[in-house]
Amino acid sequence: MPMLAATTPSLRHFPGMGGLLSLLVLTCLASLLVGAGPVSPRDAITVLVGGGSEEARFTVTALRLPRTLIGLVVGVSLGVSGALLQAITRNPLAEPGLLGVTAGSAFAVAVMLVLGASAATLRVPVAQLGALGGCLCVMNVVRLRGVGSDPVRLVLAGAALSSLLAALTSLILLMDQRAADEIRFWVVGSLSGRRLADLIPVIPSLLVAGLLTVTMARPLASLALGERVAKGLGHHPGLVRLSIILIVALLVGGATAIAGPVAFVGLVVPFAARAIAGPDIRRTLWFCLPLGPLMVLVADIVARIVVAPSELPLGVLTALCGAPVLVAVVRARRLPML
Amino acid sequence: MTTDFPAATLEAHQLWLAYQRTSVIEGLDLVLPAGRVTAIVGPNGCGKSTLLAGLARLHSPSGGCVLLDGDDIQRLPSRTLARRLALLPQQAQAPEGLTVAELIRFGRQPHQGWLRQWSADDQQVVHDALRAAGLQALADRPLDTLSGGQRQRAWIAMTIAQQTSLLLLDEPTSALDLGHQIEVFELIRHLADTGRSIVTVLHDLPSACRYADHLIAMLDGRIVASGEPSTVVTPALVRQLYGVECRLLPDPDTGSLLFADMRLAADTE
Repeated sequence: MPMLAATTPSLRHFPGMGGLLSLLVLTCLASLLVGAGPVSPRDAITVLVGGGSEEARFTVTALRLPRTLIGLVVGVSLGVSGALLQAITRNPLAEPGLLGVTAGSAFAVAVMLVLGASAATLRVPVAQLGALGGCLCVMNVVRLRGVGSDPVRLVLAGAALSSLLAALTSLILLMDQRAADEIRFWVVGSLSGRRLADLIPVIPSLLVAGLLTVTMARPLASLALGERVAKGLGHHPGLVRLSIILIVALLVGGATAIAGPVAFVGLVVPFAARAIAGPDIRRTLWFCLPLGPLMVLVADIVARIVVAPSELPLGVLTALCGAPVLVAVVRARRLPML
Repeated sequence: MTTDFPAATLEAHQLWLAYQRTSVIEGLDLVLPAGRVTAIVGPNGCGKSTLLAGLARLHSPSGGCVLLDGDDIQRLPSRTLARRLALLPQQAQAPEGLTVAELIRFGRQPHQGWLRQWSADDQQVVHDALRAAGLQALADRPLDTLSGGQRQRAWIAMTIAQQTSLLLLDEPTSALDLGHQIEVFELIRHLADTGRSIVTVLHDLPSACRYADHLIAMLDGRIVASGEPSTVVTPALVRQLYGVECRLLPDPDTGSLLFADMRLAADTE
């Protein structure tokens, strides 16, 4: 019965997933071998198989390895949160970086630093609270007449909020030299100079977000059929949206706390994932898992080598890659309905 | 005739439905016959869609209650309600590229949970729903490539997959041409033959007379007539509801009502 086979649950078959995962493994390997410190790929391989000089060993295990792991976490967080935000706003352009969620996160951290706190452990929850504030602003704008139904207008509103928050962040840093010193390398968005210890405070919220996502995936998918249909299937759309906002705040806040504001990953990754996976958000989310880190790590590797021995900020490269996608999506005659 | 579903009775007692401060339905009483097709008709703005939303718990009553087999639907957990009552809202939209089978699978959600993931039973139900709606050949086609009638049948198939005794449909044939309307009505009749109770809002009175067993005529949030179409629909009722004069003739073959010589009443308000 070919028809029955064709209607087996879609989560069982993921054409293309194997290829993406292999590509991701290769990218991780490249991230360990290339750039960030004066150790050649050949020397790095020697370290990986258990040899190498003291310096090469340090570069690979203390610089490149944490950077790669952080790239994985940041990529997953930003890719998944973009897909989630797009699902609840039903807007393919809803990207945490474009809508002010990331900016809210950065602003909250700047305020925290000015108020005198500098403990690295506080940074994560504060960034997440800032992201939550940004999310709530977005959802309020979505409810305004006309804005919610027009994807481009939502992005305009988000850009306005982002610029305002970025301006306020700069103002704060101008006024407070100590905060500026502490945060200067962070506000541009980069994976450079982060330590493994920066990753640890983010892990618990990642687990919570992951668990919540698994719980909410099914009702979230039904929201794509409209609020009334979702209710008819026994779901609570309001509760689903609230949970998703919480997940996005945890993920974007966590990623921003480690890497600083990085835009466009949440736009490009779900865009590619949807192209592969089709309209069901559950499949899209699975594909965001390899695609997110793939984009972040490739961008980071390029950031290390184009102007070596110095580096470009990661955010610059993701924007270079994301802006054309944004233009392409907007220029498409008809925005895809989510 | 096979009856696969236990008879479900839906009643409203002194039901009040309001938008903010504007009452649309004030103290409405209603008992729907089990295992039959009930059509709710009336002019635009008479409150028929609001009533359906109230019956489906999309709209919480500001007074009174809706009882499903004696249980107040406001007190039932959402998922329990979704296993007993399925709803198809007006002009439901699916995301681009969603296939017929994928849509129908959503109908299984009320039956799924952490401990009950997708099973062979679910697969069988989806298969049966495809067959009931005559969509086997189109299972893997995206909805946006189908005709209006096929698409609407796919949505109804999603509610079939919910396996509820009661099906509420809001204007399932609006925006369809005549052939596609009949396609959908025949599916509805077929579903009633399996023992389901079906309540549908319709704006086309002749179709309601042709396909419904029971008719509820509404005006200004009140029920002005209810019963078997051939007995309750009269020229006076048609004039009262729509401001239209007509003659009603029994169909020589089926006995259902035919509408002849329709024109605007002289003194339409």
